[in-house]
Amino acid sequence: MRLPCKLMFAPVAALLFATALGAQDTTELLNRMKAMEDRIHALETEVRTLKGQQTPVAPQPQPAAEAAPVVAQAPPAPVSIGGAGGAAAKVLNPDISVIGDFVGAAGNHGGRATPSLSMHESEVGFQEVIDPYARADFFLSFGEQGVNLEEGFITFTSLPAGLQLKAGKMRAAFGKVNTLHNHVLPWIDRPLVSQNLVGGEDGINDAGLSLSRILPSPKGLFLEGTAQIFRGDSENVFAATRRSQVAAVGHLRAYSDLSESTNIDFGASYARGHSPFADGNNQLYGLDATLRWKPLRRAIYHSLMARSEFVWARTSTSLPYLTGIPVVTPAPDPVGSMITQVFTVAPRGLAKPFGFYVSGDYQLGRRWILGSRFDRSQRGQCLPTNPTTTASECPYTVFAPGVNFSRAIPLLQDTGGSFQLTYLPSEFSIIRTQFRRARYGEGRTANEILFQFQFSMGAHGAHPF
Amino acid sequence: MFKTYSALAAVLLAAIPAPAASKINVMTTTEDLAAIAREIGGDLISVDSIAKGYQDPHFVESKPSFLLKLQKADLLVAVGLQLEIGWLPPLITQSRNAKIQPAQSGYMEMSQFCNVLEIPQGQVTRAMGDVHPMGNPHYWLNPDNGRRMAKALADRFSSIQPANAAQFAQRYADFDKHLTEAQKGWDAKIAPYKGRKVITYHRSWPNFCERFGLDVVDYVEPKPGIPPTPAHTLDLINLMLREGIKLILVEPYFDLRTPNSIAAKVGGQVLVLMPSVGGNKDVTTYFQLFDYDINLLVNAFSKVK
Repeated sequence: MRLPCKLMFAPVAALLFATALGAQDTTELLNRMKAMEDRIHALETEVRTLKGQQTPVAPQPQPAAEAAPVVAQAPPAPVSIGGAGGAAAKVLNPDISVIGDFVGAAGNHGGRATPSLSMHESEVGFQEVIDPYARADFFLSFGEQGVNLEEGFITFTSLPAGLQLKAGKMRAAFGKVNTLHNHVLPWIDRPLVSQNLVGGEDGINDAGLSLSRILPSPKGLFLEGTAQIFRGDSENVFAATRRSQVAAVGHLRAYSDLSESTNIDFGASYARGHSPFADGNNQLYGLDATLRWKPLRRAIYHSLMARSEFVWARTSTSLPYLTGIPVVTPAPDPVGSMITQVFTVAPRGLAKPFGFYVSGDYQLGRRWILGSRFDRSQRGQCLPTNPTTTASECPYTVFAPGVNFSRAIPLLQDTGGSFQLTYLPSEFSIIRTQFRRARYGEGRTANEILFQFQFSMGAHGAHPF
Repeated sequence: MFKTYSALAAVLLAAIPAPAASKINVMTTTEDLAAIAREIGGDLISVDSIAKGYQDPHFVESKPSFLLKLQKADLLVAVGLQLEIGWLPPLITQSRNAKIQPAQSGYMEMSQFCNVLEIPQGQVTRAMGDVHPMGNPHYWLNPDNGRRMAKALADRFSSIQPANAAQFAQRYADFDKHLTEAQKGWDAKIAPYKGRKVITYHRSWPNFCERFGLDVVDYVEPKPGIPPTPAHTLDLINLMLREGIKLILVEPYFDLRTPNSIAAKVGGQVLVLMPSVGGNKDVTTYFQLFDYDINLLVNAFSKVK
């Protein structure tokens, strides 16, 4: 055999080199050995090729003129006896990835507290094709306490009429931020409008079905319609007590390339479900717009993304945890004289808050991204947020005297701004710091520095777009 | 009434071209694959590429506008070996095209037909940088692999449109002949410079350098996908001075600052070599890709010692 001879010759040659170059720089020797090693690898590859593991490949080191006719004739298939070993069954394991998210915070939190240091989330992903008609994706999110199925759904990729169906637990197609996992956000936190009105980090994330279709559109425009139906349980957004109280989400997306480097993306969303705060509906309306710029020749060095989302909510609310509006009614006492009895009546009404954010991120170089965000969001007074706002109690006295709850639940307004600086040591880790200032509706001001380490291992995930 | 309907139906049917006459709608991930498909398919196919030749094929955005094209594709041709792993899988999933899903008849990964180099042996970890565990995906830069891809495409086109099989076979034979001729020319041009040592930015050139007898000694990137570091750059300068290496080959999508500063220190030269068809406007076919790169190299080699 020609090749083993060559392989045997390699160490001998290395020895010869070693004696001849003994006095010379060892680095040079190492380089030569490295080159030789590469050559051996190449030869090994060749041996494998020759053995016909990749059947259609022809022997490589033919002179160019001879190569062509050889390519045409595939070598005869080797007779194989017996099946593959037990290890071959593991080949069908799904792609597994783990993404760690470590978050720290310092400074005055102004009432919306997050821990000083926390292993915020460890997300484990399993992704694989199920059969010729579908694939599945699972994302388990391990917090510091407990595990949560962040998403787990099957996607049918081979339906007729350009339809795509998903079934399982998934993040609802409401706007942009609600659809994104923590590790693809350009920030450490989520915008105030998301914290106040759309369930914060957990968001609208529920078990249900999603049907989407690319809609016919004029040339150059991408239109996609999505209709989803969920059980109707998403903390702080929807709560279903009966089977009929399902939640529905609709989303329309329009995308267009303005040039090869610039594109624009619009979305309109609607979500409706049973309110967690009263026996009535919670309805959300959303608009989102994204402008992206990335010059193709320098795509790994510079890019810009500007994004904004607007959300309007109409939330049926009663406030049972108020100290109560005293209602005095006369009642007879056993002796027969009249005394005063106090009942509490929960005020009911509709909260109609509005919120938005505007954010921009510019990639300065291969490893650095600078970003900022402006936030403003209303919320129904005394309604919960995620992360929780420390309002130790919500006494009736926080409301202005004489407020008419049946007209509208009073609102508080939070305003904030952030700067973020992101450093990317490689494609698989992120170090980020964020300075955040917020003035919450109760009158408290927060000045915080957040920092984050994100790291991923295992299967290479898709780049976010 | 029935007559009207049948007349209408006849008109409609006549308006629909017979399947054999319609073009095969081919999408490729890179322009190199598109160029080879064009050679074999000619006007029997329509072909478009997702990535541009001047773009880093590892980092393409999964724009929805590509979905519109993928939705109608009869065949999706990919490089494979995880070159497109960051962007192609979501596009395929969202394409709503059953034909081009992995392992279906309309999906082809060209790597299975080609001679692949740098398949890592033993333990593979990301401490080695952004390694491709199945081998180096830049295999199209060896014309012998180009021929293998052309053959595979000719076979696939023939199975999609058996009626035109003879034409595809003929076009492949023409391509093969033309390529063999061209290879003689390229080999003759580069022959005097066989064994020359070069530095490249990324590991894009093992197949090219093996085929044309160049020796890649080191890389500007310390590890694949890791940007240049001062320590590694210093090592590289010392290595180039010690071994008298003058040429640094850089892909058009990398920043030239580090290569330029290294070249200035060692009295060498930076060459922006085209790794793909479409890398610049002079390179529009698979043949021009090698013409351009070999001319550029030969010019540079003849000037530097």
